[in-house]
Amino acid sequence: MLAQLGDDAKLLAGGQSLIPLMKLRFANPSHLVDLNFISGTAYIKEDAGTVRFGAMTRHAEIEASAAVARVPILHDCAAGIADVQVRNRGTIGGSLAEADPSGDWATVLFTLSAKVVCLGANGERTVSLPDFIMDAYTTALAQDELVSEVAVKIPPQGSGGAYLAFKRSAPVYPTASAAVQLTMDGDVCNDAAIALGCVGLIPIRADEAEAALRGQALTEKTIASAMEAARAVADPQSDMRGSADYKRTLVGALVKRAIEIGIRRAHGEQVEVGHIYA
Amino acid sequence: MPDSIENIPIQVKVNGRSYSRTVEPRKLLVELLREDLDLTGTHVGCDTTYCGACTVLMNGVAVKSCTMFAVQADGAEILTVEGLETNGELHPIQKAFGDCYGLQCGYCTPGLMLSALQLLSRNKQPNDKEIHKAIAGNTCRCTGYQNILKAIQVAAQSMKGV
Repeated sequence: MLAQLGDDAKLLAGGQSLIPLMKLRFANPSHLVDLNFISGTAYIKEDAGTVRFGAMTRHAEIEASAAVARVPILHDCAAGIADVQVRNRGTIGGSLAEADPSGDWATVLFTLSAKVVCLGANGERTVSLPDFIMDAYTTALAQDELVSEVAVKIPPQGSGGAYLAFKRSAPVYPTASAAVQLTMDGDVCNDAAIALGCVGLIPIRADEAEAALRGQALTEKTIASAMEAARAVADPQSDMRGSADYKRTLVGALVKRAIEIGIRRAHGEQVEVGHIYA
Repeated sequence: MPDSIENIPIQVKVNGRSYSRTVEPRKLLVELLREDLDLTGTHVGCDTTYCGACTVLMNGVAVKSCTMFAVQADGAEILTVEGLETNGELHPIQKAFGDCYGLQCGYCTPGLMLSALQLLSRNKQPNDKEIHKAIAGNTCRCTGYQNILKAIQVAAQSMKGV
């Protein structure tokens, strides 16, 4: 059907970004294909250490899922996106396929070796998330493909992470956000993944910040050097949400706080995290 | 753009009453409610998915009716502010908003009451934090939130055991 309708056709998932964009005439598709009436496209399944989300799974369903509660960073994300009404409609597949630089899911899933299943007339293929998100609003989806599933590996024992987004109010996109996922052995960090959101055209993986933590005891000093490395790699634009300098400082602070929460969670502590409002 | 756009027949249940209409595919749910069904209690505030004045319940969950097409409500059950009262008796949430002065200009009130209803139908005794989270998508531009919070707490009390 997508092949038939041509380049101007758009898929309508939750519609919580696409419909506002259409109202502003930023998007003007000739055809909309509504995915909401297709059964079997919303599910959360767990098998062999992987959680699989049907592309049409709503943020609210992910927020309420017991399987997701065991991976707190996923719950942080699902429970904090926009507001109740948007979470009741918006979907994980739609969020990734839109690839908005200010979206929440891609930043979080960059830290969890996530894979995106792309389905087309010629069958399906699995693409790792960093290969899927090519640029702002640009993904590896072919014109006749859609996202059918998002697969996330459950982190090993002794892992903990957090996603923190700083927003001016609930319904707006964050000013900056940070996702941190750690695997700890006592005070020593065996593995670290850090991604920064809203401070580049796509989520930024902070490699040097990760390297500052990996194999180290996580002291104030190592955390500070990770924070510095995260600040350095951020590439924010000044806009109505704040100046580039402000966002750079903000994202560093979010990384620091997310590391601290990740450590506590890795040690088995329940830490409730909400998005932070200005 | 396609040469001609076909109108689409839909069936939707609003406040317990079934309606069949044939609508333009681009018509928003809030336009169907206000213009075709004369249910003008649901308001359009920002029309940009921000303010929540247009909040209704669809199959029991709160949605922004300005951010859905009417055709997407085909087969669904919608509840608007007009459907809250029963036989002329105000719903406990409506009564609490009145008793607590939980409104100033009233424009955001229908949306807030439906967000409150989604909350209270799942959580009989919400704490302040849970109430804040539940109404984070509803903006009161008169900034009268204190009495709104009080109204939702009072409504929770009076809905217990209902």
